[in-house]
Amino acid sequence: MRKILVTLLFLLFGTSAYADCNIKSGSINILANDFPALRTFVETSKQCKGSADFKVTHSSEHNKIAVPALTANPSEFSARIAANSSIVPLMNQDLIRPLDDLVKKYGKGIQDSQLITIDGKVMAVAFMANTQHLYYREDVLKDLGIAVPKTYEEVVAASEKIRASGKMQYPYAAAYKAGWNLAEEFVNMYIGHGGEFFKSGSAEPNVNNAKGVATLNMLKKLSELSNPDYLTHDSEAIKVEWESGNVALMTLWASRSGTLLDDEGDANITKATKLTGPATVGGGNIPAATLWWDGFTLAKNRSDADAEATFRALAHAASNKKMVADAADQAVWLVEGFVPGPKSIGVIEAVKMGAKPYPMLPQMGLMHGALGSEIVEFLQGKESAEQALKDVEAAYTSKAKEQGFL
Amino acid sequence: MPNKTFFWFFLPTGLAMVLFIGLPIISTGVQSFYAQHDQVVKEVKKCDPFGCTVSIVVDNEETTKIREAKPLGKFNGFGTYVDRNHLATQEIKKFWNETETFGEFVDQVTNLPFYKALIFTLTYCIFVTPNVLLLGFIIALSLNAISRKIRGPLIFGTILPMIVTPLVGSLVLFWMIDSQGIIGANIQNLMNDPYLSLKSSKTLTWITIIIYGIWHHSPFAFVVFYAALQTVPQEPIEAAIIDGASRFQRIKHIVLPHIYPVVTFVALISLMDNFRVFEPIIGFSAEGSAQSLSWLIYDNLVNEEVILFGSAAATSMMTIIGIAILLAPVLVRTWKEFKTAR
Repeated sequence: MRKILVTLLFLLFGTSAYADCNIKSGSINILANDFPALRTFVETSKQCKGSADFKVTHSSEHNKIAVPALTANPSEFSARIAANSSIVPLMNQDLIRPLDDLVKKYGKGIQDSQLITIDGKVMAVAFMANTQHLYYREDVLKDLGIAVPKTYEEVVAASEKIRASGKMQYPYAAAYKAGWNLAEEFVNMYIGHGGEFFKSGSAEPNVNNAKGVATLNMLKKLSELSNPDYLTHDSEAIKVEWESGNVALMTLWASRSGTLLDDEGDANITKATKLTGPATVGGGNIPAATLWWDGFTLAKNRSDADAEATFRALAHAASNKKMVADAADQAVWLVEGFVPGPKSIGVIEAVKMGAKPYPMLPQMGLMHGALGSEIVEFLQGKESAEQALKDVEAAYTSKAKEQGFL
Repeated sequence: MPNKTFFWFFLPTGLAMVLFIGLPIISTGVQSFYAQHDQVVKEVKKCDPFGCTVSIVVDNEETTKIREAKPLGKFNGFGTYVDRNHLATQEIKKFWNETETFGEFVDQVTNLPFYKALIFTLTYCIFVTPNVLLLGFIIALSLNAISRKIRGPLIFGTILPMIVTPLVGSLVLFWMIDSQGIIGANIQNLMNDPYLSLKSSKTLTWITIIIYGIWHHSPFAFVVFYAALQTVPQEPIEAAIIDGASRFQRIKHIVLPHIYPVVTFVALISLMDNFRVFEPIIGFSAEGSAQSLSWLIYDNLVNEEVILFGSAAATSMMTIIGIAILLAPVLVRTWKEFKTAR
């Protein structure tokens, strides 16, 4: 009932807040990932579409669509909401246009810190930050007298204690689904150990070392404390596990905190769900996490008129103080006027602790892909850590050779 | 049919086949011999909300120039076919020299992605195809013997697995075998092992996918066999009954020889289908434990942020060759029969 009332009120008064950007022509078609903050962002930009055509595709399969869709001429989409990693294939293939002139002309409210510049050219405008950090169940930890873990070693100890107490069988959860998700966990943990993915100044792989082994061993320890189906669990699946009360410690994206802390689901679990910064590992001082930004890019193979219309609509959202105030709990907005709330603790802590951004390198996608498939057998106990890392390097090397990086 | 009539009759189909099957295969074949140009990278300053760093990007101006000169890429010959992610000839040679026992050698080889996928694909074919034939035949025989009144609904029920979209079918089973699903939880209770998971064990995942495959493909065999059973002449069967032949003898000596060509046909189609196994791997999120050749192609095309056309094309060509090898015995036999029939 409350929701209906709010919606009605929004319909009645919300319209007055519709800014008209006076866009007269052009067509806007946006490709974006599918999570609440991005939906809010795109909805906000829609408010100022004027008489332009407006279409949007929200899909969790956005990575698979992006390159083929933007390669077409004219491109299917006029804009792509990208992140550190997904902007790289677009850059590699030269599919996005520099935004300097548009920023100068229409980017009034956009802060300088939002601009992603590469070689002096603005290639994207960021509007939110994201990272993976720890979530914990305050009630469970308190009952057993466990302090909030700060390192992954403490996470392991705490999980073992929870399991021993008989409260939960699989107290830890993280998105370990074989493929992209699992590789992302490796990336986080490896960076936490102070690892570098490539030999400096080259595209030669560099994961088969002591840090890599330590990373794998930690992932394995954590996986043993997770639901045995962990290799099939993505972010959505572990969110469901959490909401069913099966998990007390979890590493999950900050952008999902909104859905964990909303009114849906068991009120007791929601009340006891608390956020904290990402954990460190192996005595390191930077967190085992990567910082991400989400921002918009414009397709190169689209007319200037479309690019202009799209930029104006998206810039309206990327500088919208009302949006960041209304949706403060959905994301850590990089937009001016954002006041961080309790749900942004994770990202803010990560930045404070000096977390590194996800490496924006042309060949990183190949490394990520190789990690996602080659470390599975180690976690299943079928091969040694050294063998798994050797496989990663070998798989990466042949892909990188085919792709012309080596 | 006179040859001329046949030609005109076949022309539209033939044209469509060349256009939509022949040409794409040729194009894939050509693609598989090419790799990407050497990447021209340059060091630049990158700034984002978290600070500035100096790192590398692809130099697009240079790359465009090279691409325009040679749009297909760098000629690589069989380079992609023999690299580590495909046939891995060098690695195999190395393993052969380095390993001491044959078991160790096999272990090393089956750790290579292509052979891993090939072994799963073949295992799937070997277990699913005969079981599909057998199960389909048994169902067809049983339904053929049932009273006509209830046959309709029963036939509908039997072909249901084929009607259900493969992805939906596998997802339903996927949730049932979850460690908290109805099958998964019961197996845990039965085995008294709370860590038992059908999804995390490789062997159990393989078994699940194979059972799913049999469940999904049997109706096809059943439908074809059932139709064939309707054409079995009644006279020899009646004669056999009078001669005192048992039911088994009747099936062995009259029914099976009569529908033998149909069995070959179903075996052919099933083998082809099974060699291209793909949907259950996605449906069961089984990428970690089971990879098939089709899945490798999919992985190269969509799973990575960089699309590996050369790799995907090479695996496609090898899949086609694999199917041809598998079907060769059956095809040779059909051809011989065709010749003797003439």
